[in-house]
Amino acid sequence: MATTMPATDDKPVIPLTARDFKGQVDPDWCPGCGDFGVLNALQRSCAELGLRPHEILTVSGIGCSSNLPGYFNSYGMHTLHGRSLAVATGAKLGNHRLHVIVTGGDGDGYGIGGNHFTHTARRNVDLTYVVMNNQIYGLTTGQVSPTSTMGMKTKSTPFGSVEAPLNPITSAIMNGATFVARGFSGDVRHLTELMKQAIQHSGFSLIDIFSPCVTFNHDNSNAFFKERVKKLEDEGHDTSDWKTACEKAMLFGDTIYTGLFFQKQAPTLGGSEPVLEPDQPLGLQTLGLDKEQTKRIIERMM
Amino acid sequence: MTVGSFDLTIAIGGEAGQGIATPGDILARIFVRRGLHLNTYNAYQSIIRGGHIFLYLRVCDQEIFTHGDKIDILMCLNQDTMDRHLQLMRPGSWVLYNEDNIKPGEAGDGIQLCPLPVTKLSVSRNRLSQNTMAVGAASHLLGLDFQVLEESLTLRFQRQGQAVIDENVSVARAGYDHSVANFEAFDQTVPTGPTPLAVWSGNEALAMGGAAAGVKFYAAYPMSPATGVLHWMAQNARNLGIMVRQVEDEIGVANMVIGAAHTGCRAMCATSGGGFALMTEAVGSAAMMEIPAVFIDVMRAGPSTGVPTKTEQGDLWQVLGASQGDFERFIVAPTTPADCFNTMPELFNLTDKYQCPGIVVTDLLLSEGRFSIAPDLIDMHPHIDRGELITKGSSTDGYMRYKDTETGISPRAVPGLEGYVHVVATDEHDENSQLLSDEFTNPHKRRKMVEKRARKFKVAINDIKPPELEGSADAEITLIGWGSTYGVIREAVEILAQEGVAVNHLPIKWIVPFHGEVITDILSKSKRVVVVENSFSGQFYRYMRSETGLSVDGHIRKYDGEPFIPHHIVDGVKAHLAEKIECFVPYQEAIT
Repeated sequence: MATTMPATDDKPVIPLTARDFKGQVDPDWCPGCGDFGVLNALQRSCAELGLRPHEILTVSGIGCSSNLPGYFNSYGMHTLHGRSLAVATGAKLGNHRLHVIVTGGDGDGYGIGGNHFTHTARRNVDLTYVVMNNQIYGLTTGQVSPTSTMGMKTKSTPFGSVEAPLNPITSAIMNGATFVARGFSGDVRHLTELMKQAIQHSGFSLIDIFSPCVTFNHDNSNAFFKERVKKLEDEGHDTSDWKTACEKAMLFGDTIYTGLFFQKQAPTLGGSEPVLEPDQPLGLQTLGLDKEQTKRIIERMM
Repeated sequence: MTVGSFDLTIAIGGEAGQGIATPGDILARIFVRRGLHLNTYNAYQSIIRGGHIFLYLRVCDQEIFTHGDKIDILMCLNQDTMDRHLQLMRPGSWVLYNEDNIKPGEAGDGIQLCPLPVTKLSVSRNRLSQNTMAVGAASHLLGLDFQVLEESLTLRFQRQGQAVIDENVSVARAGYDHSVANFEAFDQTVPTGPTPLAVWSGNEALAMGGAAAGVKFYAAYPMSPATGVLHWMAQNARNLGIMVRQVEDEIGVANMVIGAAHTGCRAMCATSGGGFALMTEAVGSAAMMEIPAVFIDVMRAGPSTGVPTKTEQGDLWQVLGASQGDFERFIVAPTTPADCFNTMPELFNLTDKYQCPGIVVTDLLLSEGRFSIAPDLIDMHPHIDRGELITKGSSTDGYMRYKDTETGISPRAVPGLEGYVHVVATDEHDENSQLLSDEFTNPHKRRKMVEKRARKFKVAINDIKPPELEGSADAEITLIGWGSTYGVIREAVEILAQEGVAVNHLPIKWIVPFHGEVITDILSKSKRVVVVENSFSGQFYRYMRSETGLSVDGHIRKYDGEPFIPHHIVDGVKAHLAEKIECFVPYQEAIT
C-alpha cells in the first residue's frame, strides 16, 4: 500500500517480530490446518515490513479462516458472512492511512461474497485480500464450495459435485485486480514474500492461498499440493502478461503454479477521489459545515 | 384546509417524456420567489416514456401541508389528460389544452375551456414549445405580469444560452397574448409574501440534514423513491468533502457504511423497502459491533417490487423486525420536510451516544414531493454530540472496547490509535472483544453482554420528545397518525373545525423508543380515537396496541398507492361520527 501511517511521535521505533502480532487468544483451528501457515506468514510479513499493530486493520467475514483477526494483534473487524470486502472498502475510505488486510475463505469470498469480490477488484480499492482457499465449507462441517473440484464428494454432494469450480486468479484478473497471486500454506517463506509484496502494492491485491482442510477435504490435502506446486518466478513468468497469467492459472493437474501471476499500476479508488486529502482521513475530521459551504447549498435551493 | 386568501392548484398532465417537469418548475419558481408557499405532488409511473404523469402544484399565501383537494387550472399536454381529468374539474376552474391535437370533452358548468392554437401561434418548431405556450397562457389566467414570467424563463434557461431564452420567451409571449385576448383571468392578483422562499424535496431535506449533521460517508444503490438522496449527495460531495459511493447492491451499501462509521465517519445510506430488506443483516451487525450507522427507508407500495412510484406506509414492521436477534435500534418517522432535515442531526447524536443503528422511515409522498421552505428556518449548524468517541491520543490502560459500564455505553476508540488496539465482532464477544465461542460458550458472559447492550436503552426514551396533542382536548374524535400523514391530518382538522366538527390530532414521530405511557395518558382522555394510516393492515395500530394494550374506535386507511388528500380524512371522520364502522377506506377519484 502506498499510504503509510506517520510516526505518532519522535520516539525510536523498536523493531517488532512476528511474535508481536500474536493475538489475545490462540487459534482454535484443527491441528494441521493450513490456516496456521497463513497466520504465521501474515505475522512475519507485517513484522518484516516494519508495520505497527495500530496501523493495521484486519477485516474478515465468517468461516474458520475468518476467525483470523482474533488471533492477530491489530485492529480488527469480524463482520458478516461474505461482507468483509464491503466493510473493508468503507473502512479504507473512512481512514485511508490504515493498512487494510482482509482475510477469509473461499465460500465467504467467492460464494456469498462474490459480488463484492468482483466490484472491489474493479474499483482497485487499496487493500490486501488474503483468501484461505480450502475448497470446502469447513465450519459447517464439510459441504461443497465454489472452488471444489468436479466430482468432489461432500456432505451436500454425496454423489460428487457436478459444478465447475470458480478460478479465483483468472476471475480477479478479468475483474480488474491489479495484483493477483497464489500461495500455498505449506510454504510459509514463499507466502511471506508474496504477502509483503501484496501489502506494499498500491491497489487491490489478492492472494489466493491453498490452505488445506485436514478434516473435511481429503482430496486436496497438504501432500496433494506439495508434490504439484511450482513457483512462477522459477520460470521467469512475465507478471505484466495477463494472457499467460490466465493460462498458467488454469492449470490444475500435475503442475499447479504459485507466485505472482499478474501486477499492474493503476489509480486506486481512494487516490481518484479528491475528497480524500493526504493527512485528513474522513473519520478524523471535525464535523460541521462552514459558512461558504452553507451559502452554496442554500443558493441552489432559491 | 389552511385557508389563505390566495390558494390555488395548477395540475399538469401528460406522458413521460413530454416535459412536464419544466413548466412545473418554471411556475413553482415564480411563486416561491414571491414568497408564496408551495406543495407539489407528482403522480407518475415507472417508465421513462409514455404513461400518464400528473403534477399537482399548490400555492398559497399561508403555510400549507398538502397538495389540496381541488384543481384550479388543468394543463393538458395530451388527450389522455383531458379524458381522465375534465370530469373531475369543478366550477370556476380552467382547462388549457392544445387545440391542434386534443379534443375537449363535455365540460361541466362554470369550467372555462381554454384552447390554444399552438401551431398557428407558434414561432418554434420545438415539440416542447406547447408546454411553454401553456405556461404563458396560464400566467395570464393567474394574473401575473408577463415580465415576471420572462424573468423566470431567463433564469431557467440561462445555461442554455440567449437563443434558447429568446425562443422560449417568444413562445410564452404568444401564449400569454392569446390568453389575454380570449380567456377570462382569475379574479385575484397574485400576492407577495414577506421573503423569497427556497424549494426542497423531502429527500433533499434528508440529505441536507445528514450533511449538516456532519455525514462524511454516503453510499447507495439507486432505488425509487430514495434516489433523490443519492443525487443530492453526489452533487454536493466535493463542496462538502463527503465520500459518496454508488455500490453494487444494498448489502454492500450497508456494510460499507458500517466500515466507514467504524473509522469515525458519520455515515448513512438511503433506499426503499426492497433495498432495506437486503440491508437488514447489516443493521444487526451494527448493533452487535456497537457501531453507529443511519439507514433511511423511503417506503413505496409493496410487497416485493410492488408499485415502485406509489406511496404507502407498509414497511413499519420491516424496520421494527429488521435483522435476526433481539436488539434495540432507533426508528423515527419524520412528519414534514423540515422535520426530515431536523431529524438527521438529532438521530446522529443519538446513534453516536448509544452506539447503535438508527432507522429513518419516510415515504414517497414526503420524500419526492417538492415544498417551499423559508431559508432562515434551515439550521445548517446544528448541535453535534459524538458521545464517548475517542479519535486521538494513546492509551496504556488496557483498553477494552466493550467495557461493561454502569450505563452500558463503552468508550469507542477508532482504529489507528496507539494503545486502543481491539477487534469488533459480529459474534458474541466479551468486554475485551474475545469471541465467546473461542473458549466455551459461557452463559454468564453471554448474559452480561446482552444486558450491557440493553442497558444503554433504558434511559434513551428520556432523550426523545414525547408526542403532543394538537387541538382542543375535548374534541369529538382524536386522530392518530405517524410520519407523513401529519400534514394531511392537520389540514383535515382545520377543514372540520370550519364545518363545526371538533377533532384533535396526535401525530407520532418516534416509533422506537415509543412513548407508550404518554400516548396512553393522552388517549385515555379522548372521546373517540381513530387511527389514520397508509396501509391495509394497520401496521402502526397493531404496533401501538402491542406497546400499550390500547384499542381504538376506528380506522381510516388507504392503500391504493395515491396519498390521502384532506377530504379523504374529512369524509372518514364524518363517516365515523355518523355510524359505528370499523374502517373507512376513502375512494380515490380517478377516471380510468
